[in-house]
Amino acid sequence: METEDEAGGQITDEIYTNGGEDESPSQQRRPTISGEQLDIEAYAALYTGRTKISRLIFISDKCNNVSMQLEALRMAYDEIKKGENTQLFREVVQKIDGRLGPNFGSDSGWMDSVDRRADQRKEKLENELNAYRTNLIKESIRMGYNDFGDFYYAHGALGDAFKNYVRTRDYCTTSKHIIHMCLNAILVSIEMGQFAHVTSYVSKAEQNKTDLDSITIAKLQCAAGLAHLEAKKYKHAARKFLETAPELGNNYSEVIAAQDVATYGGLCALASFDRAELKAKVIDNINFRNFLELVPEVRELIHDFYSSHYASCLDYLGNLKSNLLLDIHLHDHVEALYTQIRNKALIQYTHPFVSVDLNMMANAFKTTVAGLQKELEALITDNQIQARIDSHNKILYARHADQRKATFQRVLQTGVEFDRDVRAMLLRANLIKYDYNLKASRKI
Amino acid sequence: MNSNVNSVDSLVTEIQGLSGSSQDVAHLNNILKQSEDVIRSQAATFASCLTLLDPSIHSLGYLYVLEACTAGPVPEAQANEIILHVVRFIDACSVEQIRLASDKFISVCKRLHELVMILNAPMRAVGPLLTAIRKIQPSPEHLTPLHPDFLQVCLLAKCYKSGYSILEDDICEVDQPRDFFLYCYYGGMICIGQKRFAKALELFHNVVTAPMSTLNAIAVEAYKKYILVSLIHLRQFSATFPKYTSSVAQRNLKNLTQPYVELANIYSTGNVSELKEFVQANQEKYENGNNLGLVKQVVSSMYKRNIQRLTQTYLTLSLQDIANTAQINTHKEAEMHVLEMIEDGEIFATINQKDGMVRFLEDPEQYKTCEMIEHIDSSIQRIMKLSKKLTTMDESLSCDPLYLSKVGRERQRFDFDDFDNVPQKFNL
Repeated sequence: METEDEAGGQITDEIYTNGGEDESPSQQRRPTISGEQLDIEAYAALYTGRTKISRLIFISDKCNNVSMQLEALRMAYDEIKKGENTQLFREVVQKIDGRLGPNFGSDSGWMDSVDRRADQRKEKLENELNAYRTNLIKESIRMGYNDFGDFYYAHGALGDAFKNYVRTRDYCTTSKHIIHMCLNAILVSIEMGQFAHVTSYVSKAEQNKTDLDSITIAKLQCAAGLAHLEAKKYKHAARKFLETAPELGNNYSEVIAAQDVATYGGLCALASFDRAELKAKVIDNINFRNFLELVPEVRELIHDFYSSHYASCLDYLGNLKSNLLLDIHLHDHVEALYTQIRNKALIQYTHPFVSVDLNMMANAFKTTVAGLQKELEALITDNQIQARIDSHNKILYARHADQRKATFQRVLQTGVEFDRDVRAMLLRANLIKYDYNLKASRKI
Repeated sequence: MNSNVNSVDSLVTEIQGLSGSSQDVAHLNNILKQSEDVIRSQAATFASCLTLLDPSIHSLGYLYVLEACTAGPVPEAQANEIILHVVRFIDACSVEQIRLASDKFISVCKRLHELVMILNAPMRAVGPLLTAIRKIQPSPEHLTPLHPDFLQVCLLAKCYKSGYSILEDDICEVDQPRDFFLYCYYGGMICIGQKRFAKALELFHNVVTAPMSTLNAIAVEAYKKYILVSLIHLRQFSATFPKYTSSVAQRNLKNLTQPYVELANIYSTGNVSELKEFVQANQEKYENGNNLGLVKQVVSSMYKRNIQRLTQTYLTLSLQDIANTAQINTHKEAEMHVLEMIEDGEIFATINQKDGMVRFLEDPEQYKTCEMIEHIDSSIQRIMKLSKKLTTMDESLSCDPLYLSKVGRERQRFDFDDFDNVPQKFNL
């Protein structure tokens, strides 16, 4: 019964996969594509380890579609069973709440055996570590702490895992060890959401330039990109993702998939780069093209943006949105990135013209004239577009700053300010002098 | 000569005899100083000799006696008479003579201020105090202790114009910080009365940023008004203090002026209805601070702020749209606001009543006229004068022995090796 259900679910998912990821035309035919099209099975296959579980749980938390929620939870349940994290298991069971039938209930037998084994293993590790410590063999102590870190990580005690990984640092003898330590620390920090740690360990690892292989460099760049993304420094994030070498492949699936690099990098670049930079660093970037091939929608929308097909670019963005909102790293930034991209598009559209017919522009952006006027108004107030709107004739006129006039105005203004500030300063100097004299006379 | 004046007669003789040349007057000043106690102890008897003296010729002697007579408590019935005496004296007295005993003169004037306050007739002191300030001031740059008193009576008597006349001189020399605080505070209020918001802002700013070791109530009140005037005039308010502001002010002012700071925050959102609600909710606080009138002006300036922002973005806009975006109730009202702003020269626009459209124009000033060049020239002159003053002050400060000894000490602490008695550089 259960297996049949599962198989059925998989088949429908497969179909959606083909529909959704096949090619862009199919998407255009169905512009109202929505979140339910996210193929969880395919999505989860991109990741391994803990991040797979957290991503699945994240999807089940964020998504309103019950069938999708259960699908995500079911896969998370299966995945956890392969590991040893009983804490997470309990959480997922609680979330499932019996909705998936008896096979996905709380399995106390499994939990007990895992916990028992964990206790034994912990004891063993402790004994080993103590022995190493009394013998003062550096390498063994390092291994001991590392094992402890692995152990805690597997059981979901991220804080302890982090502590133990970092502790190995004192016993590192080669730069390889240091890089290993840093990668472990970065992994745990990303899981914990402590992106400040990520940045610092990335830079620590990068200090050992000579011993870094290309895959590790790519990993570090991804981690740094994530940290910048989380700190809302989209430009820096974009640069990091764009520099990531294609060797990354599936090697960092415990953190990020190659598809994500394309999506994150592409969106951040669109939001923060100017035209020249976009061309040089994204479109002409052979390395990054490999990533973009994996997510044709992002590739298409970047090209559309660059060739000023804003309507179709915005269409793609709209279609992608619901799926991006389910992404564990990007969901917080989707709105900000989208607004920035849209504003960029508006600015670029108006840039080459002396006057723009608002009706045509509204068509190009698939919006109403009134809405467009509001958006333009905000941009003009922000001084991002130098233009003024003729709302009677619905035309946008570029505004040519009169340099001479502006200079005169500024000069006079500066004069007034200087005058005022100097006088105020003289007054304050006088007051201080008075105060000082008073003190001096009191001393005498 | 008997230097000790014992009787009324001998005093009168001395005064009459020694009021001629400047040497004589200086001598008289010494005599009077020595006999000050005697005059004061028998003030009542000496009062009679005032009739024998001419305030314009025997100013110094007259001043001493007058000061003694007014020093004690005055019954309200006599107050009127004394005011008359003082006023007549201030009008007639000779500038050279009174400057010899400026503290006496100031205490007489302060007495006058007190008396008119008791009689609740501040108007009577406006003219005399103005004359007194002009007479006692060594230069228009000096702040005298009479300034705050004068401005206060001007405020109470609503004689903003005469008060403003004294504010037009830039003060530079200050003796008493308290006088300075009050001068700026009252002065700012007078400027508000005259709708000279820029000047008011400058004065309040001076109070807020003045060096102070402990916070004072004047600064707190001034900060409240500073926020409001800044909103009315500049249509914005920057909550950060300049770095030269004293640390006590930076730390405490905002906490003490909460409703005002919040008002400024709400103002910056541009939402009229929210602002009105907030004002309504805090009306009592503003009323207690005597700032409700200003707060109301802030609210009405909000419309103008919103309209002004539109001129940046639009070339033409219908009155109805203006009303909608600026959150004005009707297009008629919007038209009124726009008209007002055009009249005040705040915006440049034409209203087309047929279509109900407003066309915003650029500033027509071309900076080509003679007047403009004259204006620029006068600005340059003013600033040259100012920087000359700055240089002089810098020089005088670099020669100040107190300053030098302090700087010298600090240098020693920093580098022992090349310490030298005279500091070579002054980084002011």
